Amino acid sequence: MFEDVADLYQQVILDRGRHPRHAHRLDRFDATGKGDNPMCGDRVQVWVKRDDAGAISDVGFEARGCAICIASADLMAEAVIGHDAPGLRALSDDFAQMVRSGQSASNAALEQLKPLGGVSDFPSRVKCATLPWQALMGALDAPDETEAAHG
Amino acid sequence: MKDNFSPLDLLALRADFPILSETVRGKPLVFLDSAASAQKPRAVIEAMRDAMEHQYANIHRGLHWMSERTTEAYENARDLTAILIGAPSRDEIVFTRNSTEAINLVAHSYGRGMMHRGQAVLISEMEHHANIVPWQMLRDAHGIELLVCPITDDGDLDYVAYERLLASHRVGLVAITHMSNVLGTYTNGARLAAIAHAHGAKILLDGSQAVVHRAVDVAALDADFYVFTGHKLYGPTGIGVLWARAELLDAMPPFMGGGDMIGSVSFERSTWARIPHKFEAGTPAILEAIGLAAAIRYVKAIGFDEIGAHEQALVDHALARLSDIEGLTIIGRAQDRGGVVSFTMRGAHAHDVATLLDRAGIAVRAGHHCAEPLMRRLGIDSTARASFALYTTKEEIDFLADTLLRVREFFA
Ligand SMILES: Cc1ncc(COP(=O)(O)O)c(C=O)c1O
Repeated sequence: MFEDVADLYQQVILDRGRHPRHAHRLDRFDATGKGDNPMCGDRVQVWVKRDDAGAISDVGFEARGCAICIASADLMAEAVIGHDAPGLRALSDDFAQMVRSGQSASNAALEQLKPLGGVSDFPSRVKCATLPWQALMGALDAPDETEAAHG
Repeated sequence: MKDNFSPLDLLALRADFPILSETVRGKPLVFLDSAASAQKPRAVIEAMRDAMEHQYANIHRGLHWMSERTTEAYENARDLTAILIGAPSRDEIVFTRNSTEAINLVAHSYGRGMMHRGQAVLISEMEHHANIVPWQMLRDAHGIELLVCPITDDGDLDYVAYERLLASHRVGLVAITHMSNVLGTYTNGARLAAIAHAHGAKILLDGSQAVVHRAVDVAALDADFYVFTGHKLYGPTGIGVLWARAELLDAMPPFMGGGDMIGSVSFERSTWARIPHKFEAGTPAILEAIGLAAAIRYVKAIGFDEIGAHEQALVDHALARLSDIEGLTIIGRAQDRGGVVSFTMRGAHAHDVATLLDRAGIAVRAGHHCAEPLMRRLGIDSTARASFALYTTKEEIDFLADTLLRVREFFA
């Protein structure tokens, strides 16, 4: 009876929603950011670690949310590895466009996030998918914790 | 189609609600989200359309036929509202935009105008944000203490703690829900009022959910303020009600200033109109009041005894069916409850449950239901909520239960 949700709940989404691989704080991180959806109470926090060149080398998250939200955070944690801030912002925009309109820009990093494309048929769920990215953008804008720590 | 289950002729009643014959993605609409906003009977739709087509002008202003007739219709809505909730006087009915505005009116006019620094407002753990935030704003602006009465694990108000809080603090006003929009719990309004009064406090009951399912009598409750919102009572959006004792309304300063609420105006000073007009600044929701009047006539004609009995049977049936589903937890087990059933499902977030139900044509609400502090108290993030109305059928609840079994398999 749920044939028509197959696009939304692809196996990857169900698996990642149930058993996320990156759902943990990082012991050592450079920045952290939070995303909040006051309309439904969902909440995501991400922690990021950068390499010497400023590219993301590790991401962890904690989420209080649905399968879409958790799977989106988990896939994001992998898709963003190796990207610097400008690349991340572009990827975040392309991702938002994909889940809103179903149209995906030609961005190689978007490939790994394609399982979330089905969200575009469910307008009330778009925010579930973009919330982790909102948290990530918050981390980009946040003061650098390591620098702060080193004074 | 009367059966032993329900005293209502549901087939006929459902035909009164045009939207119920809509399909959603090719499936019959199963609307179990009436606690968020109820669907509208044809009587309401036609009353508003008739007014616009045949009898409409601004009220209280024109000296012409159309204005006089429209004023009568608007004021008739006030009469019907007074009768609906047993208000001793029609002048005690103030029309607002919704419950939220009615509570803000009290927080502003009574709170800032008549409460004193060091006094407290007492709310409960199961309030809607509409009955929390205005009091926080009052607290921060006016030096009022905000106290929160706990609930029991079953979801009843803790009446012992309630009395203790009243005894140990200078509570000026109690503001508590008459029926929880999440747990379905009816509070004992008369008992709350008696205890509040014994400690010198006034009491506001948030009747947003309560008026929909049962006859309410503010005089029998001995309340001081009562609020509700038209759109949950099968009426239109944009119209809400504040009832308050005349002597309180008389003493309270106006909330908003403008036309219709004045006695006379000069640049030096203005005087206020008599109640209730003192609290109805500007052109009110005329068409919506006319729609509300039609809604009240509609539910009164069916009768609250019948509506209440029907919904009680629905709740009992839903609790029995949903309790049988392994992994599903019903949130709220109060003794006295109305047509709202919240639940969580192991292994599936409420949003995911709601999306799958939606694909079967079933509309439920999922999330924190504008009651985040209650969610925290219960130790959960969100629930799915099925809510019932006079047009809800036993078959719809069976379909919900059957579909939930499949949802559980889907996420297993
Ligand atoms: C218990 C309760 N109080 C207040 C409200 C607020 O109603 P409204 O949004 O119409 O002001 C609601 C409805 O959402 C409610 O269920």
